[in-house]
Amino acid sequence: MDGLTPVEVRAPGRWQIATVASVKRETPTVKSFRLDLPMWMPHLPGQHYDVRLTAPDGYQAQRSYSIASSPLDEGGIELTVDRLADGEVSPYLHDVLEEGDQVEVRGPFASYFVWRGESPVLLVGGGSGVVPLMAILRHRRRTMPELPMRLVYSVRTAEDVIYADELGADAELTFTREPPGDWAGHTGRIDAQLISAAGLAGGIAFVCGSNGFVEAASSLLLENGFAPESVRTERFGPTG
Amino acid sequence: MSNFISRGFTRRREVPEELADRLPPGQYIESGFPVLTAGPTPRVDTGEWALKIDGMVGRPREWNWTQFHQLQQETIPCDIHCVTKWSKLGTSFEGVSLDTLLEGVDPQGAFTMVYAYGGYTTNVALDDLTGGKAWVVTQHEGQPLPPEHGGPARLLVPHLYFWKSAKWVAGLRVMDHDEPGFWEANGYHNRGDPFKEERYWTD
Repeated sequence: MDGLTPVEVRAPGRWQIATVASVKRETPTVKSFRLDLPMWMPHLPGQHYDVRLTAPDGYQAQRSYSIASSPLDEGGIELTVDRLADGEVSPYLHDVLEEGDQVEVRGPFASYFVWRGESPVLLVGGGSGVVPLMAILRHRRRTMPELPMRLVYSVRTAEDVIYADELGADAELTFTREPPGDWAGHTGRIDAQLISAAGLAGGIAFVCGSNGFVEAASSLLLENGFAPESVRTERFGPTG
Repeated sequence: MSNFISRGFTRRREVPEELADRLPPGQYIESGFPVLTAGPTPRVDTGEWALKIDGMVGRPREWNWTQFHQLQQETIPCDIHCVTKWSKLGTSFEGVSLDTLLEGVDPQGAFTMVYAYGGYTTNVALDDLTGGKAWVVTQHEGQPLPPEHGGPARLLVPHLYFWKSAKWVAGLRVMDHDEPGFWEANGYHNRGDPFKEERYWTD
């Protein structure tokens, strides 16, 4: 545990008004928002914030979004948001929110799907399920880069890769629909070979994605040397 | 409530007037049935399934799958509310009332810890389980409850956030004091009344 930033589990913060510091387009449907928080507190990698929107008539809508940034980024958080066409909050964040805007947030929440420095760690993400895993990966790179951790990341096509410019030797991609033309790596759904190639059996695993993805991936982990109590899952419900 | 207005935000989802008072604050209507679980889905064979009531009781009870189905079964029309903001209105389950299960048990404490196959726990006060407010259910809308939704049997406490309705329920331990269960120890509210929006510790 040497080198791990001590981050305590504590009561989450109250609603506060964050300011958008920057917006980055990750894919055609995914954007990352850097928010400055007046009442920032350190989170555990894997935790989420709630975002609340209020209309002039008082109508409110809330959704939860995973934190993508390391708690070493003091004073702010990054939320990466998939735009769901029939959603209520994500289309607003994508289509309206820009640098300098304000948005109401509250967190950080939940302390089960979090990384506290356990080792070794296998991260398994499908689509935008990679977001909380990226917080874990980024935090490990900055605190204990030698700690055994690998990300196995399943996406449909090349243009769906979130954090494309940050995926290094500690990340293994697989394309389920259309790999890039020059792709020599894995294609198709995550399978036993990808899991065993990571060489982290017996460690702890974090699995995040759609329900179908999590069901399939967690079954695969159990068949390949991971204990049920060492597999933490986070599933997207329909959200938006 | 703050006076903050989100620039350029307007309502995108209308709630039908007849449903408005059934939707708790901060929730939206979801027609599907999303799955949320902290770990892999346990597979529980009904041949090995048992439901227990134990702890501080005058008479502990245990039912196997066959015995459980000989108890009075009820159809429970209800609305369910997940702390992740979705609500499913006008759904139904079938199962056995906790009032039926607790007959003759003689609880000696006011608190319970519900425990499940796979290790999940959640604390529910006895008052929230009795008086026609909670069931152990094995069917959803006329079909056997699928494993990912807690099958073969889950607790159903529709007046509290749905994490209290423990999937893969294995039993109920009566206690003379309150203790946080799994999510209650991980930042979520001890009771979880959706109409009071009791989501997290500080609510």
